Amino acid sequence: MTYSIEAQKTAPAILSTQGLCKEYPMGEITVHALKNVDFELREGEMTVLLGASGSGKSTLLNIIGGLDVASSGSVIYRDRDLTAFSNRELTDYRRFHVGFVFQFYNLISSLTAKENVALVTDISPDPMRPEDALELVGLSERINHFPSQLSGGEQQRVAIARAVAKRPSILLCDEPTGALDVKTGKLVLSVLDQVNQETNTTTAIITHNASIGALGDVVVHMRSGEIAERIRNESRASVDDIDW
Amino acid sequence: MTSLNRKLLRELWKLKGQVISIALVVAVGVMSIVTMRGSYDSLLEAQQEYYRVSRFADVWVSLVRAPQALLSSLVAIPGVDAADTRVSFLATLDLDDSGSPSHGRFISIPDNGRPVLNDLQIRRGRYINLGANHEVIISDKFAAARDLQPGDSVRAIINGRARELEIVGIGVSPEHTYAVPPGGLYPEDDRYGVFWTNRDTLGPAFDMEGAFNEAFVTLSPDANEQAVIEDIDDLMEPYGGLGAYARADQPSHLILDSELDQNRVTGAIIPMIFLGVAVFLLYLVLGRMITTQRGEIAVLKAFGYSDREVGMHFLMFAVVAVLLGGVLGTIGGLLLGEAYIGVYSRYFDLPGLAYAPSPGLLIFAFLACVAGAFSGAIAAVRDAVLLPPAEAMRPEAPTLYKAGIIERLGISHLVSATSRMIVRNLERKPVQVFFSTLGIAMAVAILTLGFFMFDSIQHMMDLQFRQIQREDLTLSFREQLPESVRYELANLEGVTRVETQRTVAARLRSGHLEDEVAIQGLESGSQLRRIINSKGLEIPLPAEGLVLSTMLARRLHVNPGDELVVEILQGKRRLANVSVNGLIEDYLGLSVFMDKEALWRLTGEPAVVNGAFLSIDESGRADMNSVLKGFPAISGVASPASMLESFEEVLADSIMVSNAFLLGFAGVIAIGVIYNAARISLSERGRELASLRVMGFHKREVATLLLGEQGIVTFFAIPLGWAIGYSLCFAVTLGVQTDIYRMPFVTDARTFFWSAAYITLAAIVSGWIVKKRLDLIELVEVLKTRE
Repeated sequence: MTYSIEAQKTAPAILSTQGLCKEYPMGEITVHALKNVDFELREGEMTVLLGASGSGKSTLLNIIGGLDVASSGSVIYRDRDLTAFSNRELTDYRRFHVGFVFQFYNLISSLTAKENVALVTDISPDPMRPEDALELVGLSERINHFPSQLSGGEQQRVAIARAVAKRPSILLCDEPTGALDVKTGKLVLSVLDQVNQETNTTTAIITHNASIGALGDVVVHMRSGEIAERIRNESRASVDDIDW
Repeated sequence: MTSLNRKLLRELWKLKGQVISIALVVAVGVMSIVTMRGSYDSLLEAQQEYYRVSRFADVWVSLVRAPQALLSSLVAIPGVDAADTRVSFLATLDLDDSGSPSHGRFISIPDNGRPVLNDLQIRRGRYINLGANHEVIISDKFAAARDLQPGDSVRAIINGRARELEIVGIGVSPEHTYAVPPGGLYPEDDRYGVFWTNRDTLGPAFDMEGAFNEAFVTLSPDANEQAVIEDIDDLMEPYGGLGAYARADQPSHLILDSELDQNRVTGAIIPMIFLGVAVFLLYLVLGRMITTQRGEIAVLKAFGYSDREVGMHFLMFAVVAVLLGGVLGTIGGLLLGEAYIGVYSRYFDLPGLAYAPSPGLLIFAFLACVAGAFSGAIAAVRDAVLLPPAEAMRPEAPTLYKAGIIERLGISHLVSATSRMIVRNLERKPVQVFFSTLGIAMAVAILTLGFFMFDSIQHMMDLQFRQIQREDLTLSFREQLPESVRYELANLEGVTRVETQRTVAARLRSGHLEDEVAIQGLESGSQLRRIINSKGLEIPLPAEGLVLSTMLARRLHVNPGDELVVEILQGKRRLANVSVNGLIEDYLGLSVFMDKEALWRLTGEPAVVNGAFLSIDESGRADMNSVLKGFPAISGVASPASMLESFEEVLADSIMVSNAFLLGFAGVIAIGVIYNAARISLSERGRELASLRVMGFHKREVATLLLGEQGIVTFFAIPLGWAIGYSLCFAVTLGVQTDIYRMPFVTDARTFFWSAAYITLAAIVSGWIVKKRLDLIELVEVLKTRE
């Protein structure tokens, strides 16, 4: 396994995995989706997980997001091992500590932008005001619109506002630009970048788009269920500098 | 098997819960047609055949005594086809038990041939022999209840003399299809039987040698029934004719007919409700299936499947559900029909009554369901057929929502996001919500109506036997006795109070309207027989004038204060104008009350009575029956308490059986509607709900969102169902307004409570089944796939 030079550790890890394995049967054979993965997210940093489809990046995200359980190994979030959590504790973990941004936004179509955000702030102990969260993603003007009245990029920004409004410890984004054109995708990335900088939210973005890697503090390449490479960028690029 | 059929089978399996729930609704629809209409047809056929074979009379008359020679005049009346006469009396039976009094209706039959009209059918044993004065044929129900066989003997007090009679046969007759003892309301098979015997046995005993006291005729096809009735009345008047009446008023026929009527109506309404629900559910489920399969429809069409093939593919889904329901319903209907007819034969003695639905009916039931179900399915399938392939390839446009009732009411700030989701989802599909609400409401209404029937009957019985009739024993005298008989009765051991009554047959006339009734003369200040109206208030008996049942007053178009022409049909047959001094809203029979002394003045007779009411204390209770048997003048002894007891026994059985069906039927509808609607919501919004789970919503919170919709629908359906049920109850009370009884419009709060509670339970069960499915939602899937 090849590793690039690790830069000095600037912040403590908020979440780390050790020897993480995930296997599931598919017909006669067993798929090894994750093989002995050691991974970490550091406080306030943006990590970009790159890999082709089937590389295991989504499986890793699902496990650290508390959506799936590992076959072996441990996931330590602030000194607690997620692998020992009950279903209910995993739900609470997602409820209070994790924010999700999906590829297809997954907004509730019967709720307006503001209400979609409020849906999450209603159940959070110390949330932002929904209006503030929407202002953060530049949608102050459209807070009373329903999803069907918003463009894809706008919908994704609402989804980001919804994810960050509860002030999560970790923001997990699964192919957030996957369904968007380049221009809109960049707009969404700049919002994620801005949220990360302004709110200091630990962020993980998974994508198969290698150019997005330049935006992160750390870039992790995955291949066949293993971490192939981990690079700490000298500095983070600006959204304007990247293209695909 | 073609691939398309394989796809169909797999999808049917996947949606088996919904297929089964729809099949059950269809099954109940088919079952109710097969059971109810099948029973109706069977009853009607048995009745008509019975009447034909027995030569059941068309017009009847009772009188005091007329010479047999009058028969030729009767036959000579224009329009009369055949006529017959007989002697008929009520007698007390001397049976070896100290229980309640038993009576026999003794009817003369010729011993040299069969009756011309109203013949009886011999079930077992034989007809009476010529000149065998001690031989008797008894009615089947009484024989069964008393375990009597040909060869056994019974003792009866005939005209004051105990007679030992030999049972030679067990028979039935159409005039006693529904046999109610005198003064009773309900068949009491162990206390009342019909006894057919030689005319010579009865004739001399009742001073009827060469005479008769009942006559009847059949009409020729072109006869004018009313004219014949009038002619018979004219003919019989000198002989104490009590007014001729048509077959339609013959008590047994009247009850059987109103039962048949009721059966016909419910047999039409119930299936309609179920088929309506089935149509709606098929539309709902197929509609959703087609929406989720837009892409597949497009692919099928792109590969060259025709619109017809695609349409048939989805229609087959409905076919399977309907066929499954049809087969289940037909089998269930055939089984239930047997049971249903079994219940009928407990009350109605119809020979040859067997549950025999015609093949035509089965085909009709089946076709009705198929047609109903297809009308629901076709509306949904049409959408699939009309979808152009290119459009079908694209995902369906996102659902449009807009600000709704919450915003218009300006209460957004008060309402949580989850409540808004629920309300907006309901607002988005008003038609579906309307029909869901209506469907569940019908389930509530069915229960409310069913429970109401029993509330009503119980109220009626309670009023009659606890408030109005407060005597321990009701005595009827064979002939009128002097009022002084009360002292004799009062002296009996254990009798604590005696009241006497005088009942006379009379014709009331108001303009061209008239009715034949019995005027009951009661004591002023009567304690044992009170006049109670429907509100439970006692109406004091006025010193003069009549108190009428409201139903009778309505028929005669009279109000309190109006005068009626009263023609007394016995004794001196006086005619007088009498004022109506009170009305009573009552439920049983057409009553006319009068102060006994005023009645004596009206009839011009001395102080005579023909019945008495007794209160008895514990000491007299045990052997009062045998004491009273010793009085030749007493022809009948009835006990209201035992009537009520036997009635309540029968009622309790009916309530259990009927409630089981009501609960089953209502449950099928409620679960069918709620389960399917929730399943469809889950299918439409599974992705949203899974996203919420990913965002940290607990299972319970997500279930609230999904099932909240059904909760609200159920919440509104319940009062709507009450209202529909209440209206149906009211319609039924208006519909059931016969001379024999009116249904009180009494609804018990418990009826509403239990119907609501049961439907709520059904909703919870449906919700629970769907929640199990919701719990299995794959969270990870929603992150990637777009539906």
